[in-house]
Amino acid sequence: MAGLELLSDQGFRIDGRRPHELRKIQCRLGIFKQADGSAYIEQGNTKVLAAVYGPHEIRGSRGKALHDKVLVNCQYSMATFSTGERKRRPRGDRKSQEMTMHLKQTFDAAIQTALYPRSQIDIFVEVLQSDGGNYCASVNAATLAVIDAGIPMKDYVCACSASFVSDTPIVDISYLEESSGGPELIVATLPKSEQIVFLEQNSRLHEDNLSKVLDLAVKGTKDVHHVLDQAVREHVSQVSAFENTDQS
Amino acid sequence: MRGEIESNMAVDIRLAGTRETTKRAVPDEIANLVTPGDVITSDTGFMRGHGTYMEDDKLHTSVAGVVERVNKLICVKPVKTRYNGEVGDVVIGRIIEVGQRRWKVETHSKLDSILMLSSVNLPGGELRRRSEEDEKMMRHYLKEGDLISAEVQSVFSDGALSLHTRSLKYGKLGQGTLLQVSPSLVKRRKTHFHHLPCGASMILGNNGYIWLCPTVSEETGTETGGYDQDLQPVTKGDRQTVARLRNCILAQAAHGMMLFDTGILYTYEASLKYPVKDIMKPEVMTEIIEITNHRQEVEGS
Repeated sequence: MAGLELLSDQGFRIDGRRPHELRKIQCRLGIFKQADGSAYIEQGNTKVLAAVYGPHEIRGSRGKALHDKVLVNCQYSMATFSTGERKRRPRGDRKSQEMTMHLKQTFDAAIQTALYPRSQIDIFVEVLQSDGGNYCASVNAATLAVIDAGIPMKDYVCACSASFVSDTPIVDISYLEESSGGPELIVATLPKSEQIVFLEQNSRLHEDNLSKVLDLAVKGTKDVHHVLDQAVREHVSQVSAFENTDQS
Repeated sequence: MRGEIESNMAVDIRLAGTRETTKRAVPDEIANLVTPGDVITSDTGFMRGHGTYMEDDKLHTSVAGVVERVNKLICVKPVKTRYNGEVGDVVIGRIIEVGQRRWKVETHSKLDSILMLSSVNLPGGELRRRSEEDEKMMRHYLKEGDLISAEVQSVFSDGALSLHTRSLKYGKLGQGTLLQVSPSLVKRRKTHFHHLPCGASMILGNNGYIWLCPTVSEETGTETGGYDQDLQPVTKGDRQTVARLRNCILAQAAHGMMLFDTGILYTYEASLKYPVKDIMKPEVMTEIIEITNHRQEVEGS
């Protein structure tokens, strides 16, 4: 990748952000009527839809039911048109299976699973447009959808990625920065208590730099949390506004 | 010929961009609004209710909603959630499985509800012990896909509901329309069965399922528990009344109004100057709802 400068001398990244800046986040809650909860999020050019169904009776094989907690069932998929190259993506491929598993682990940790024994919560995530940080956007969208469904969680789960380019940690990396071969650190946290629920690292990063990059990623999740919280508050006050005024 | 078809079957389709957004001016943020992870209080003197959890001796929120306090009990009620059954609620459900001495019923609850063979009225209204014969006839009484109205008899420890239909007003539902709204929009009231003066009957299920059907005259009677089904074609007028009511209720639900008989009737009356299908148009919907709101304020219902 010679000639491609991820961080300019002036300290700007390719898309004009500073190292610690997130991409623009836009989100909406309650976009589907049919689902119990749903959300749509745009993080820069990464666009993700999430829908939550449940808690409901276990569908399919009864044997999967857990007698003391709810079964969290996730499904991650990418649209054929989500990347630069149009490609059919069957749901069962390795990449999305892995992503599905990671989402399941993340939400198992955040949802108060003990409240709904013998039932099931389905979380469906669809990436409509992919520009890096698919896991992060998926987690953030799914969090909003779970909140919209009124399912109790310990806290929001927010995810953010970070990388390390020319001795500077950079946050919320785009596809270009992701594919340049540098290290990638993906972290999902419960932002209020700063507990890490998920941590993944791709390619090598020197141990001395790990804490710097991790700190920036965790700070990134807090920034994400701030944006999501605003959106949830706005949505909830909008919906409950007329319910209160109309009570006669 | 072509023109004729077009004029008869005009369809009103709007681009997403030209649709009116339903957003209205939001008043200032509601007090006591909390989101998951917020600390409500660090005072240990309070009791932990629904939608909250205790960590590090602090009371945290686990859902997004408004804090409600009753003496020492603190709960947070989410805006939208599945149906939480309570004993005595009227519900409408769909049979999804016939099992050993019981039916499984889907009631938009967290777990499937159960209707025991011993808690239904048998056809003919005879009261006796349920024999094996009855067990074999279960699918004859109620089969998969049938809709029933029932009352919540008890709530199991895991939150599943046990229903009963031991009254002649409950039982199998015949011809009509089912619609679904958020359970939080249905008020808990003394009666949930309404014969509206416009010639339709309505059952407002606490689980957010609403059943609309043309009112049947008293002498043919619904006193059989609904097992004898009248499958005569419903007249066009009746169908229009039911369709209009349905659209009115959906309009109210879209505006987040609580649903109860007089309110629905006011909306129905306000909608009479429009054709049935026009009620779903956003501008007509808003107008009807405004008229209804105004009338409710004036009459102080």
